[in-house]
Amino acid sequence: MNFKKILPQLLTLVVVVLVFGFFSYNAQVNMENRGITFGYGFLSQESSFDVQFSLIEYDGSHSYFRAYLVGLLNTILVSVIGIIFATIIGVVVGIARLSSNYLIERTAAIYVEFFRNIPLLLQIFFWYFAALRALPLPEKAEPMFGVFFLTIKGFFVPAFVWNNLDIFVYSVIAAIIAIVFVRIYAKKKQENQGIQTPVLSISIGFLIILPLLSFFLGGVDATVEIPVIKQLSQTSFTYEGGLKLPPELISLALALSLYTATFIAECVRAGVQGVSKGQKEAAASIGLTPNQVLKLVVMPQALRIIIPPTTNQYLNLTKNSSLAAAIAYPDLVLVFAGTALMQTGRAIEIVSITMLTYLTLSITISIFMNWYNKKIAIKEK
Amino acid sequence: MNKLNFLSPDKNNLYAYLYSGISLFSLSILLVFLNSFFSLDLTSFLPRTISYFLPLILGFIGLHLIRIEYSGIKFLDIINKNINTNKFNALLSLLIIFAVIKLLPPLLSWFIIDANFAGDSKDACSGSGACWAYIKTWFNRFMYGMYPNAEQWRINLSFIALAFLGGVGFFATEKFKKYLTLYYVVIYPIIAFLFIFFFISGGPIFFDFSYGIIAAVISIIIGFFIPSKFKMYYFLIIPITIYILLKYVFFYEELIELGKIQAFEWVETGAWGGLSLTFIVSFFCLIFCFPVGLFLSLGRRSDLPIIKYISIGFIEFWRGVPLITVLFMSSVMFPMFLPEDMFIDKLVRVIIAISLFEAAYVAEVIRGGLQALPRGQYDAAKSLGMGYWKMHIFVILPQALKLVIPGIANTFLALVKDTPLIFVVGLLEIVGMLNLAKTNPEWLGFAMEGYVFASIVFFIICYAMSKYSYNLEQKYKTER
Repeated sequence: MNFKKILPQLLTLVVVVLVFGFFSYNAQVNMENRGITFGYGFLSQESSFDVQFSLIEYDGSHSYFRAYLVGLLNTILVSVIGIIFATIIGVVVGIARLSSNYLIERTAAIYVEFFRNIPLLLQIFFWYFAALRALPLPEKAEPMFGVFFLTIKGFFVPAFVWNNLDIFVYSVIAAIIAIVFVRIYAKKKQENQGIQTPVLSISIGFLIILPLLSFFLGGVDATVEIPVIKQLSQTSFTYEGGLKLPPELISLALALSLYTATFIAECVRAGVQGVSKGQKEAAASIGLTPNQVLKLVVMPQALRIIIPPTTNQYLNLTKNSSLAAAIAYPDLVLVFAGTALMQTGRAIEIVSITMLTYLTLSITISIFMNWYNKKIAIKEK
Repeated sequence: MNKLNFLSPDKNNLYAYLYSGISLFSLSILLVFLNSFFSLDLTSFLPRTISYFLPLILGFIGLHLIRIEYSGIKFLDIINKNINTNKFNALLSLLIIFAVIKLLPPLLSWFIIDANFAGDSKDACSGSGACWAYIKTWFNRFMYGMYPNAEQWRINLSFIALAFLGGVGFFATEKFKKYLTLYYVVIYPIIAFLFIFFFISGGPIFFDFSYGIIAAVISIIIGFFIPSKFKMYYFLIIPITIYILLKYVFFYEELIELGKIQAFEWVETGAWGGLSLTFIVSFFCLIFCFPVGLFLSLGRRSDLPIIKYISIGFIEFWRGVPLITVLFMSSVMFPMFLPEDMFIDKLVRVIIAISLFEAAYVAEVIRGGLQALPRGQYDAAKSLGMGYWKMHIFVILPQALKLVIPGIANTFLALVKDTPLIFVVGLLEIVGMLNLAKTNPEWLGFAMEGYVFASIVFFIICYAMSKYSYNLEQKYKTER
């Protein structure tokens, strides 16, 4: 009997070991033939290539490791922007699909069917090569609200110039900690005495008052810098000052959020539909107000259905942001697996680092998700 | 006649409210319509802001006036129920109606009225609309890539034949229905491979396959006389033995001679492209990823620890990385892992990479179905004395797969939508061909037309697939 259990396992193991052995043996032979040695030492070498758009200081004299960081940060930037917009659009469209208004429901349905049935890469290309190319040149751009300039060279927005930014950040962190404490206190009070505390208004108050105080007492000071047009040569113009969002970033974020929002909308719809009507009626019959029904009965149950697939979509969005390579947005894949690989020729090391990075990102999120799922799961008696 | 109270319309003066409301509403729509289709602004004598918002205000009041519950007029009730339940809904409905009226003229003029259909060069497109002549000129390339024009009938014929063979299931009589699964899982993929390899690619007809078929036929005939107890082992061992004997012992010399026969002109895979490549890649990945995913999902739920953890590791690895890095791996890293003299075709590498990637997703979907089955099904099957494979084939999988049809369909849809990514390794399917055509100096500036065209093509394919999966789901839905 035991033999029947051990044999298949042994066979599988042997096959896997053989395949890996075959691959690594060949890799060794190939690298010896080409005179390459395996190692990650190249990461500290000077990279000597430039990156168009970077959140941290970077130029050719920095190391490959810093180039990796630049790519990683750009990936995270576009993912975060995409996630925020996808969530907003997705929730709005998801609720619109449940509307009793026929026109609204149809519009939302058409949006969902249309955007999710077209490949993401095609959408990115569309925004980048077709839609954003139709924008005006910098010198012909009409300002929006007087300060935003949407041009073919990118989106120019006013930027804040901060004094003592760190104090402001600390005040925001302090406000968040205070809110956490208020919530714990409110929950205890509710459990012990059955009295509800208006947590939301207190939280908003904290979020407004503490940063405001930092302006008056902490010497924080912010001025707005408005982009101003500047002539580079006879025919070439650009804007100086403010913040420049390159068209690659805009089209990527636009395509990612419009595409992922369709899936999030479906998750939201399924979640709200998943709460049975009896729950709402029961809650109303014990005298809860409509707001309380939504907050205390419907939302917690709907969120339990919504959150797991939505996180999956966030993960997909992060992984899909690697399509940036197609339109030359300097993300992890383009900077590291593209340019750095071309220069060093270290295929195995670089591809493995890139894959490990994404793997770490997604495994971290899925471990967190599993923990969260266990926490909110219905505890059956 | 009762007193009219315009703030709260009621049933008493139904027709007074109805006529005034409908006339206001129609007036607002007429204003927007004239403005958008004939650029005629009837209210230009008013200040700009007021004339801009006037249709909205008029329509809002109109809808307010006809918002009468249980009026007894069927049409009015339907309108009220669907677009006019309260003030907020009325406003949103108006905005949507106006947006549609506003958007129609520019879209119509771009797509049809100002568009150019005739001509075969850039000069034909002078209007402000779309240049469909561009699509017409490049249509062949978008469909077949760089495949030689004279040989394109091979692709057409193969696709027609494969579609016909794929549709056999619809015509099968009751007697043959039970063999359909075998046909679709084993025989059809082999036929498809033969078509693609010998016909579209034009590879040499090496006689391995004919020997294989002879071996299979002989072993099936002998198989009728073998006691059923040994049949399993028999079919594992004998066909391969006969095949090896035929190939290496009896007909070795002839094989080398015959293997050089080549019926069609060889077209290397680098020249394949366009929509046909999209179909070929998604078709093969679809065929390969399903069985691999099935075995992975069974492995993940297995009691045997080594198999279980290898499956988990495999699945989580592929699910954790983006497809583009997988394709990078297959193009730059994988050749390092092979012996120097061994070369695997680019297209084959891509198909393997995408299949393994999607197999991990299929595995997770199927696992969901397996987990959803109640334990009683397993216990019942075991109590009937079924072994592991019998239990899964006859009891568990038919129910589990039925449950996961929507999930699998979604994975396949994702697969079709992922095929454009093969541009990473230099294969140009339809999106890649568009980008190539866009940089052609004689046809600069028609990116929009190309992308719109490809979007419509993909939308039709994917939408049809999702509707079909919905139908399947309804068809196999059983009460539980």
